[in-house]
Amino acid sequence: MFPLGIEPYLIGGILAGVGVSLIYIATGFHATQSSFFTATLSWISKRKHFQKERNIKERKRRLVLAIGLVIGALAHTLILSPTGFWMTSVQIWRLALGGLLVGFGTRLSQGCTSGHGISGLASLSTTSLYAVIVFMGVAIVTANIVQLIGVLP
Amino acid sequence: MNKQNIVVLIGGILFGFGLAYSGMTKQEIVLSFLQLKDLGLILVLGGAAAVTFLAVNIVPRYLKTPLLGGAFKPRRRILSRNLIVGAIIFGIGWGLSGQCPGSAVASLGTGNLYVLVGLAAMFIGAYLRGVLEK
Repeated sequence: MFPLGIEPYLIGGILAGVGVSLIYIATGFHATQSSFFTATLSWISKRKHFQKERNIKERKRRLVLAIGLVIGALAHTLILSPTGFWMTSVQIWRLALGGLLVGFGTRLSQGCTSGHGISGLASLSTTSLYAVIVFMGVAIVTANIVQLIGVLP
Repeated sequence: MNKQNIVVLIGGILFGFGLAYSGMTKQEIVLSFLQLKDLGLILVLGGAAAVTFLAVNIVPRYLKTPLLGGAFKPRRRILSRNLIVGAIIFGIGWGLSGQCPGSAVASLGTGNLYVLVGLAAMFIGAYLRGVLEK
């Protein structure tokens, strides 16, 4: 079940949770991720969907959060990672098509793995629980089908 | 940068460090979870949600407002058809690519420049959502 052990998962998850919690306790802001795309698009698109007051108000904060994520992962790579910098071998078309569906789907669903998964579940939202069950179930089925038809890696 | 954003940056750094530490920045590890070969992702999500549960539900009992002002408000969404359809579409994309928004952003910090393609596609997807909104 855990070929790589459970320690990196537990410690990594707790660290991520401490980051989200620190932000919430200090500012009341839920450090969720998929809104980053919509908020950032408010800088370049005049559409009403992006120009909502909440997007304008939060866009700088969401950009700062995203920069923090990159710095944190960079710090881990430089300080602790045994293998250093790393590139995925998952095929580019999968990253592109998958990314498109992730961007569209998370915005339609108003949340992603962090929005529904971390903050939503932590807030005991039943809506988020349903969302997590649905996207995780669909992702498990999809990943297995893709593997079954021999798309590697 | 104001005080709030400094805390957001520090929290974001912890978040990104944790994602990298747990291996969630690697699409291969996420996919091995979705193929049910390595269930670690549940521990990451569960660990992060458990800590955040304390922050959202316990801390406000002792603290009236956030330390730097504002208000505590649990994250709630209203169940709708769109929300579930969106979750299905997200699930297909996640299962196909092993990328989700947070892990993809953090993955950049590991030197995984290919994920820029995934991130650009996520922006396009989020834009299409805006275009299609009635």
